[in-house]
Amino acid sequence: MIAVELVKLIRRPRTWVAVGLLCLLPAVVAVFLATTRIAPPPGQGAAFLSAVLQSGSLYPAAALALVLPLFLPIAVAVVAGDAVAGESSQGTLRYLLVRPVRRTSLLVAKLVSVVVFVVGSVVAVAGTSYVVGVSLFGAGDPVAVVRALPEVTGGGDDAVAGTGPAAPAGGGGQVGSSDAASGGQAGATRPGADTGDGAVVADDQAARERAQASVSSLSGEALSPADLAARLLGAMGYVTVSMLGVAAIALFLSTVTASSLGATLGALAALVTSQVLVSLDAAAAVTPYLPTRYWLAWVDFFRDPIFLRDITAGLWLQAGYVVVLMLAAWANFTTKDVTS
Amino acid sequence: MSAGNGTTQRIGARRDPGRLVIETRRLTKRYGAHTAVDDVDLHVAEGARYGFLGPNGSGKTTMVRMLLGLVYATRGEITVLGRPVPSRVAEVLPEIGAMVEGPAAYPHLSGRTNLALLDAAGPRRDRDGRRRRDRVEEVLERVGLGAIDRRPVRAYSLGMRQRLGLAGALLNRPRLLVLDEPTNGLDPHGIREVRDLLLELNAAGTTVFLSSHLLAEIEALCTTVGVVDRGRLVLEDDLDAVRGPTGRLVVRTPDPDAAARVLGSAVAERQDHTLVVEAAPGGPPALARHLVEHGVPLDGLVEQRRSLEDVVVALTGPGSDTSRASRRNGARP
Ligand SMILES: Nc1ncnc2c1ncn2[C@@H]1O[C@H](COP(=O)(O)OP(=O)(O)O)[C@@H](O)[C@H]1O
Ligand SMILES: [Mg+2]
Repeated sequence: MIAVELVKLIRRPRTWVAVGLLCLLPAVVAVFLATTRIAPPPGQGAAFLSAVLQSGSLYPAAALALVLPLFLPIAVAVVAGDAVAGESSQGTLRYLLVRPVRRTSLLVAKLVSVVVFVVGSVVAVAGTSYVVGVSLFGAGDPVAVVRALPEVTGGGDDAVAGTGPAAPAGGGGQVGSSDAASGGQAGATRPGADTGDGAVVADDQAARERAQASVSSLSGEALSPADLAARLLGAMGYVTVSMLGVAAIALFLSTVTASSLGATLGALAALVTSQVLVSLDAAAAVTPYLPTRYWLAWVDFFRDPIFLRDITAGLWLQAGYVVVLMLAAWANFTTKDVTS
Repeated sequence: MSAGNGTTQRIGARRDPGRLVIETRRLTKRYGAHTAVDDVDLHVAEGARYGFLGPNGSGKTTMVRMLLGLVYATRGEITVLGRPVPSRVAEVLPEIGAMVEGPAAYPHLSGRTNLALLDAAGPRRDRDGRRRRDRVEEVLERVGLGAIDRRPVRAYSLGMRQRLGLAGALLNRPRLLVLDEPTNGLDPHGIREVRDLLLELNAAGTTVFLSSHLLAEIEALCTTVGVVDRGRLVLEDDLDAVRGPTGRLVVRTPDPDAAARVLGSAVAERQDHTLVVEAAPGGPPALARHLVEHGVPLDGLVEQRRSLEDVVVALTGPGSDTSRASRRNGARP
């Protein structure tokens, strides 16, 4: 059944349109950056956009930051929301079930197919943006975005946000990538916090000088290609897991309603609510349990050393969402009347 | 009407039902306060062509869905092919081919691809060990779609979709076909082809259970009929028994007055040149002799048989009664 679902995923034009659009957005941004060489000032714009001007090989990270807040969750919610509800409204669900396909196997196959879509999308975005980045900006010498976070490693709950008291909502906490990711940068790039940019090497002297203002935020050791690859893979994996929470919400709703659109919008509504609450101080009590709370913790893969605390919390949180929602989806789907 | 509240009627003596492939006991399904299927005891014998007849909204589709384990009963038991449903439905479904409430397919894929996917979704091992590709081609051929091209199902006519649905139902060479309104959307030619196909499959041993709101379709195809009215099974019997003689004779004569005089109180109904007469000992030959001896000219004399329509109309609720009354009134302006 899993193979059948994968064939359906692959043969569906929508899949390729979604992946294409996901890859297109970073490519468009890259073209603008490359032609103008105007990088967003530190503290604004998506994370890493400043950094890529020296090293195109960091562009996959920038691309993830671009698609993570909106494009990727929407694509995932569309695919997962349609998974069962689409079959139901199309009438194909009843024919699958009498073929027979056991309801549990169908649900598992749908989940696998959604996971494959998420992994495929993330890999496609990272892959195309690596090619685009390196060809437009050159390979350069990537550096860790943030060299170190002494406040954080020193412990203390305030510091978990990654930026200290000056930017309480920053670090991995905020959903809007611009705020949060650049907050992560800002934490280590406050004027005077820099320990130098010796790692920055640009072949083109003029470009280097032009870029200087914006890349002065970067500090830290040069990343070896292997190190960079490992960090990118970690970030991709973490983004994938973050999207599985979205997929689980949409898939659960997909078993509840016969309307794909309803399931998709329901999942997106849940995410928007989560985003609003994450930035609401009054909701601090529930903030650690909101699905989008640790979405941006993937940035921590580019700290030196890698800051694992939020990443770990995010992985557990997403795992919790996936397990609970998939159990709920299973309980609902295996006991409900299929009347479509 | 009283029929609706009583138990299911049987007109003739039922033939030995033999082995039952479908049996339900006191089967009931409620959607909220609405009872879609109400206390139904269904008996489908092996090898039968069973017609499940009822107007729209009478619960046919709900019944079919319960038999296939798609919808769970509120109360009652179901046995299909000897196993309880829904608890062991996964064991019986591989031997069933089904169409429920119209065909469905992925519109952007071709009919062939749709069937291949449906086939691949099924149990890994085929009972006959046929190859997947052969299976798909075989059923396409069977339903008259052997020559379909690579057009997506989106471009199919309703008739083609219906055939495709039927092809899907035949993929696993079922012992039992459960078809919900299988000829909806087909033209008369297509209806005839489907009927011939079902007869052919039935002759080869497949039991056919089909629902329809079209009396003529069931009359033309089925050996057994179950009549459902607002969720209740009001009649279940062999079609031959249902259409059995009524014990009356129909006399057609150019001189009805003379005939009425000769027959006296035996005349039960009279309309224009036709009289319905209670059968006397000796049957039609005796009555014919009697009339001719008394100088009554005859155009015809036959046993009266119930039509399925009459039976259904008599058994089903007041809605149908009013339609009968209006038809009679309409016949005599
Ligand atoms: N999912 C449902 N929810 C509520 N009522 C339903 C549902 N499905 C069917 N019904 C009702 O049950 C009755 C029987 O419907 P159905 O089985 O589709 O009849 P048929 O197939 O004979 O036309 C109808 O009155 C219909 O409105
Ligand atoms: Mg129906």
